[in-house]
Amino acid sequence: MKRLFGLWKKRTPELETAPGKSGGKGFLTFHNTGEVLRAERLLREAGLPVEVKGPPPELRTGCDMVIVFELLLEPAARRVLQREHLEPLSAVPVDDPLLEPVSLFHTTDYGRWFMVRAANMKITVEKDTGTIVNVSGGGCPDVPWLAARLNGRRVSEAEEPCIRGQTLCAYALHKAFVEARRLWREGA
Amino acid sequence: MSWIICGSVPDADFPLSLSSWRLEEGQLYTSAEAFLPHGGTLPALSVQRGTPALIAAALQVCQSLALPQPLALLAGDTGNGKGSLALYAFLSDWLPSTSEMVAGLTFHYLFPNVDGHNRVLMGVRAYAEKHPAPVLAADAGFMYAAKMSGYAGEYDLFTPDAGELAFLADENAPHPFYTRGFLLGSGLSAEELAQRAHAHGNCARTLLIKGAVDSVAEDGVLVARVDSPDIPFMEPIGGTGDLLTGTVTGLLMAGYPMRRACTIAARTNRLTGKLASPTPATQVGELIPFLPEALRQALADRA
Repeated sequence: MKRLFGLWKKRTPELETAPGKSGGKGFLTFHNTGEVLRAERLLREAGLPVEVKGPPPELRTGCDMVIVFELLLEPAARRVLQREHLEPLSAVPVDDPLLEPVSLFHTTDYGRWFMVRAANMKITVEKDTGTIVNVSGGGCPDVPWLAARLNGRRVSEAEEPCIRGQTLCAYALHKAFVEARRLWREGA
Repeated sequence: MSWIICGSVPDADFPLSLSSWRLEEGQLYTSAEAFLPHGGTLPALSVQRGTPALIAAALQVCQSLALPQPLALLAGDTGNGKGSLALYAFLSDWLPSTSEMVAGLTFHYLFPNVDGHNRVLMGVRAYAEKHPAPVLAADAGFMYAAKMSGYAGEYDLFTPDAGELAFLADENAPHPFYTRGFLLGSGLSAEELAQRAHAHGNCARTLLIKGAVDSVAEDGVLVARVDSPDIPFMEPIGGTGDLLTGTVTGLLMAGYPMRRACTIAARTNRLTGKLASPTPATQVGELIPFLPEALRQALADRA
């Protein structure tokens, strides 16, 4: 039933937002990417529909993300964040398309192991045990630190990289990790 | 003449330091002349992935070719960028005033921050007003910042992997995380992506592209390929790219021309894999002892 509902939903035509209009969406900015990762997790856990995207060019400094949310839900979002002492720098209506994060995964089968790549990050898992045997790629300074925490742990039990990660590479690693965990659970 | 490797250590307490290091049994130990602008003490470093792996590879090359060791400008950074920003501030102040002769700089795992990058580049320019311009090589986070800054063309060498090459080819992406799908999964060749990166001014003059086939591109044109030995299990091992960047750094220190340094480094990396017979679970520290013999073979091939 869920599957049918998904198909029906995809086929429903949607009215595109006119250029230059927010369509009721806004974005929250934070001091750093680590705060964005934390805020996304808190808002999702609270059931609020949010997305992570790239900031508009005038706000980019190098390693940035913003959280896109329904403007009508701003008070609720702020309440969730305030409870955890997280204060957004600003809330801004979305006027132009924002950069989309990578959503493509590439999987390589190495026999006893499989590797998942998301953007510039790769994670390799032993099929029999689910043990993470290697993390490679990336260029932000938390990657070696996160890799050391993940290596040797089971993908089903290891802490998700987004919990302590603070950069876009960490977020890409998080996506690769979640995909690897999904594949392993499905018997990759 | 010295060569400076600039990068980070995944330990928030590791102090900002300019020092040479020696490799002993898989650990890096600092020399007695370490300069610590903000004080502190330097612990031994385990050679896992990241900048310590790059330093270890460069040291192996230097030892094999009887070269003086490179210096390493390191900061502790676990992702919040504080250590990297301190390193940028120090380097941008130090370069214009130093009497040290700097032959080259290799930039590595640093928090991508355009303002910090631009300050460093201004420091390099000020240095080059009084001295021969140093060779500039960049990989990892600093390469991302160099591309986003719009000054990538001032660099001599970038060392991207396939995903990072697609990012360089995407004129809109400020970070590999935002590389558009039509470039990332398009099946475009390395040369097509290199041409696109060059056309938009988003890459160094030379690209050493890491992949199933390693390629060297100059001004967007593919000029060399290295495809043997083929060791597919090298790709999943974290840190093999760091070894390659460290090896090419050592070869540039030895005075090899850029294209030759890139091809020898790529061949050395592959031979290191062949000698080590890795699996996808092998750790990069297990590869490093094989690097000197791999370099010897790669140089003998080219003799």
